[in-house]
Amino acid sequence: MAGARGGYPQGVTAAVPPVLPRRAARRRSLLTGAMLGVAVMAAADVVVFHLLLGWHHFYDRSTTSVGLLSDGLLQTGYLVLLVAGAFRLADARRAGTLARRSAVAGFVTGLGAFQLFDGLVDHKLLRLHQVRYGVELLPYDVAWIGASLLLLVTGVGLTLATRAEGREEG
Amino acid sequence: MTGALAAGWLLAAGTAALPAGVYLAGVRIRADGGRTWPPGRTASWLLGCLLVGAALAPPLEAAATRAPGHMVQHLLLGAAAPLALVLGAPVTLLLGTLGPTARRPVAAVLHARALRVLAHPATGAVLAVGGLYLLYLTPLYALSTRSGPVHALVHGHLLAAGSLFAWAVAGPDPAPRRPGTGVRVAVVVAAGGAHAVLAQLLYARAGELPPGAGLTAGEVQAAAQVMYHGGHLVDLALVTALFAARYRRRWRSASRRDVRGRRGSEAVARAG
Repeated sequence: MAGARGGYPQGVTAAVPPVLPRRAARRRSLLTGAMLGVAVMAAADVVVFHLLLGWHHFYDRSTTSVGLLSDGLLQTGYLVLLVAGAFRLADARRAGTLARRSAVAGFVTGLGAFQLFDGLVDHKLLRLHQVRYGVELLPYDVAWIGASLLLLVTGVGLTLATRAEGREEG
Repeated sequence: MTGALAAGWLLAAGTAALPAGVYLAGVRIRADGGRTWPPGRTASWLLGCLLVGAALAPPLEAAATRAPGHMVQHLLLGAAAPLALVLGAPVTLLLGTLGPTARRPVAAVLHARALRVLAHPATGAVLAVGGLYLLYLTPLYALSTRSGPVHALVHGHLLAAGSLFAWAVAGPDPAPRRPGTGVRVAVVVAAGGAHAVLAQLLYARAGELPPGAGLTAGEVQAAAQVMYHGGHLVDLALVTALFAARYRRRWRSASRRDVRGRRGSEAVARAG
């Protein structure tokens, strides 16, 4: 990724001025990573907990109508994030402006952010469904939200640790 | 094989073969004129024809008397086939095949004021998803299971509205005043959301909906889940088509700039 570090397209030397400052490139990589993190965790939630394990219910009787509408919009929104994020990643790689470690930091932050949102807003506030049915819910909620906080803290830590990727050289 | 079954196969095969044949003839005319046509587009159009044929073929028509089978049929006809057909760029092929005089009326239609309204993604979304609300929340569905013409009309509407929507959102074919990516993505999210809400509504009120259809609650719940997850799969394909077209366009213009001695990432920097 030597060509990417200064925000230069691959194969272009410093004779051509940088078209995307490293700070901007890093910020964009962070956001791309976060978009993909949110979307991947949302997809994993549907595939693992709804379809494979069958823990989450498709719909439960305590779901509010606001919850129903927002779930419908959010699920499609996650799809858009997944696709838009993937193409932003491809764009940045092709332009040689991907700050790789920052993108990873954003990705982990996104994973945690989605899971925390899902655990608090979707499960508790909108009551779309619970983590699992027919069991004592508290340990499941604690594990769910605890895991999300762990991911979120790791993501924020990585974000701070990769700040150097955004500093201009020289 | 009974006569009705043979007629069913014939109808499905004919419905698939006719548009496939016309398209291939167009590609042939171009080739004779020494111009190539992307094979991916041909493949996409043929896939779309195949999906329409499969949706109308007797096995699926038989399965469609049960609710989950009906839902698979509706996803094929109303969403998967339209996207595949639209990605075949039939209007571009037509315009490129016709001579200058014959092209004029087609161009006039494309520039008509009425088409501008029809070509807005929101119109396609309302016709496609609104049509489903009408189908499942009113006695229309029950009627369509009893009347052959209504059944055919519903299928026609699904295919036409789905194609209109896919073209307005992602179509490589030209559209008058196609709005920017942001508006198109917003319309897809709203339409996908409305589709998912309808699926969950059917699930929640499976005993009563669709009115007068006499379907069991379990059957409707299974169908609702097919509708929900299948709808998301098709949304994924639609949004991918939209972003892929944008990505290709951007890098094509970037490489053109490269030729003039400037660099591609500039386009990315500006467009981002």
